[in-house]
Amino acid sequence: MSLKLQKFASLDAFCDFANRIAKTSDGKSREIRVCCGPGCLARGSKQIHEELVKEIDSHSAELKKAGLELNVTLSEKCTGCHGLCEAGPVVTIEPEETFYVHVKPENAKEIVEKTLIGGEEIKKLLYKLDDSKGGECAHKYSDIPFYALQHRIALRNVGVVDPLDFDDWISHGGMQGFLKSLAMKPEEVIDEVDRSGLRGRGGAGFPTGRKWKSALKAKEKAGTDRVWIICNGDEGDPGAFMDRAIMEGDPYSVIEGMMIGAYALGATEGYIYVRHEYPLAVRHLEKAIETLTTAGLLGEDILGTGMNFTLKISRGGGAFVCGESSALMRSLEGKVGEPRAKYVRSVEKGLHDEPTVLNNVESFTCVPMILSKGADHFASLGSSTSKGTKAFSLVGKVKNTGLIEVPMGRTLQEIIFDIGGGIQNDRPFKAVQTGGPSGGCLPAKKLDLPVDFDSLSKAGAMMGSGGMIVMDDHTCMVDVAKYFIKFLIGESCGKCVPCREGLRQVYDLLDKITRGEGEMGDLDKIDRLCHTMEVASLCALGKSAPYPVTSTIKYFRDEYEAHIVDKMCPAGVCKDLISYEINDNCTGCVVCARHCPVDAISGEKQKLHVIDEEKCISCGICMSVCKFDAVDIKSGGIIVSRTEPVAIS
Amino acid sequence: MTAKKNKDSKDNEQAILEVIEQYPREEASLIMILQEVQDRLNWLPPEAMEMVAKELNLSLAKVRGVATFYKAFSLKPRGEKLIKVCLGTACHVRGASMLVEELERELKVKAGEGVTEDGKFSVETVNCVGACAMAPAVVVGENYYANVTPGNLSGMLKKERAS
Repeated sequence: MSLKLQKFASLDAFCDFANRIAKTSDGKSREIRVCCGPGCLARGSKQIHEELVKEIDSHSAELKKAGLELNVTLSEKCTGCHGLCEAGPVVTIEPEETFYVHVKPENAKEIVEKTLIGGEEIKKLLYKLDDSKGGECAHKYSDIPFYALQHRIALRNVGVVDPLDFDDWISHGGMQGFLKSLAMKPEEVIDEVDRSGLRGRGGAGFPTGRKWKSALKAKEKAGTDRVWIICNGDEGDPGAFMDRAIMEGDPYSVIEGMMIGAYALGATEGYIYVRHEYPLAVRHLEKAIETLTTAGLLGEDILGTGMNFTLKISRGGGAFVCGESSALMRSLEGKVGEPRAKYVRSVEKGLHDEPTVLNNVESFTCVPMILSKGADHFASLGSSTSKGTKAFSLVGKVKNTGLIEVPMGRTLQEIIFDIGGGIQNDRPFKAVQTGGPSGGCLPAKKLDLPVDFDSLSKAGAMMGSGGMIVMDDHTCMVDVAKYFIKFLIGESCGKCVPCREGLRQVYDLLDKITRGEGEMGDLDKIDRLCHTMEVASLCALGKSAPYPVTSTIKYFRDEYEAHIVDKMCPAGVCKDLISYEINDNCTGCVVCARHCPVDAISGEKQKLHVIDEEKCISCGICMSVCKFDAVDIKSGGIIVSRTEPVAIS
Repeated sequence: MTAKKNKDSKDNEQAILEVIEQYPREEASLIMILQEVQDRLNWLPPEAMEMVAKELNLSLAKVRGVATFYKAFSLKPRGEKLIKVCLGTACHVRGASMLVEELERELKVKAGEGVTEDGKFSVETVNCVGACAMAPAVVVGENYYANVTPGNLSGMLKKERAS
């Protein structure tokens, strides 16, 4: 279906091509899209695609007949993440917007026969709307609240285009932003980005246009032609996968954003720094670079305009601190990724001590849209100080886990309850963690907070790169704080003392508390340590490291006190403070006894089983294998957890 | 036995040289070279680091410094299959730490250290594999396992042992 790729020698030749294959909305092309995002892939979407191809092949005559009547052409493809990972594997059919969920390879036949040929919906594969809305099925994905409330700019093509198909991407408006910028002067391009109000999507929120302007100035000041463009794809925040989804699902748009930056700044070389854990993103970007180079859109004399720009991929080494700009640049130089103090800015002396612009994947991906639709369109979305939209990974104990994008300024309530569908198993909401290890946990009383850079910072959390982890009453906040500190101990580069040693001390104190050995004075000690780290650490990693601790102490002090004073973990998480017990629901099915690795469960068939507390190592296997909700967690003499926290699929 | 060992190390040397040839001989190539050497050998033996240092004209201290700084590098031999348990926040709140403990017990091997007796598995924890919607997630080679619980780990191991 793809035209043979040629080198475009001139701008006109390329524009001709782009116009020729641009998608027209005459409803004549029909598309079946199989989500091949990580979640759906793991549940077998590749096999579904294969089966669909087979079925389409074997029904080609009927499909042709059906198509002739409607005068449509049909294509099938694998796309990036559709977002609603919870419902995966997902298959959509355009232009009807039919949205099939939990699809299995064996459904391929009926999808082709009934839906593609017969034009009827397969009810059992449709998404069921919430009972409160009558428990009906959604006939289109735009009927589903999860999608209806979103606005996609950065994710515009993710789940829509085939990430490996250049023609497909062009036909969906690819390169339009770059073409627009070529018709403008470089300074005008920077002004346009500046006017859009785009702020860095990696977390710090620095205005992108201003960064570009300073790089231009630094270049003049240094009297050099050289400026580097780097895309930060080292998405290290645990609980965040927006950039992964973009790099895997729409690699061409990331590169287009970088090309616009290169044109505006006169850069001739660039890097995409991709996280070690994202091999598929590396493959898709490599393929995209190769194709663009063949097409004459990367390399020398791009489209005959005289612009030169080459792009390389660098795989990260798996160090969280390399998400920090100066550490990332050291890593690109082949060195240990240690940050440096920020009195010299990287726009002036960055990679190889030359002027450097470093932007995040999502920021670059927004740039083509800012150019093609205009800065005003972007600026019309969002809140007064945070313009545009932001992608989030909505995960943890929320019903609709997945990838979303909303205009800035939506409240946490709207995101978690309207889009996210509320808490799994309808348990009470406890907290939402934003901003990764540098962010904080916000409690229920902050649900009305609008989500933008400034509101979140004010509340003691942070926008961060966009991970939003929802927690319910079975999440222990002390344990969460300890988790982040442990994470940061492993990731601190060790160069400065406050971060390296402060983290260890805080960890020891938190560990003591979760073991039930804490004293009230510990909280003050933690507070003082956090303050020192905040003011005296060298880079943002150390400076913001205390936030997960300070925010949980601020909003969940009673939970810390329960651990310290009552020696109990109200969430039933901290191992040293809990015990397992079997309740009357037990049918005596012996499954738990069979699975127990330390033979701590005794009991006869069809009789109530008993756990020997002396032998029990609190591994939780009995609870996860019990089908009758017969295992409870007790802490401080009270039952704190009755249901299995994880749904087994 | 010695003959075989010699042959193995000759093969390794050849593989390392092939990797180095693909890159400019400069410091900036170091991380990428080490990554590819590890992809081929499954870990970074001391001789490999020595060779890379020599070929790139860098001190061994520098090469080891980089190799020990980045998580992606293993300075110990690893099993045929690497089991990565995701410890991202989403996985953590859904109980991932229980999976590490269970795997360590079941396989009698510590996460990040050593190989199972049969040489089949090594266990590692990773900070986030970016598959948060599948939390808790475990990755074995290229296979992603979603919503893993201590109870269904044994099924996963059985499947991986067989393939």
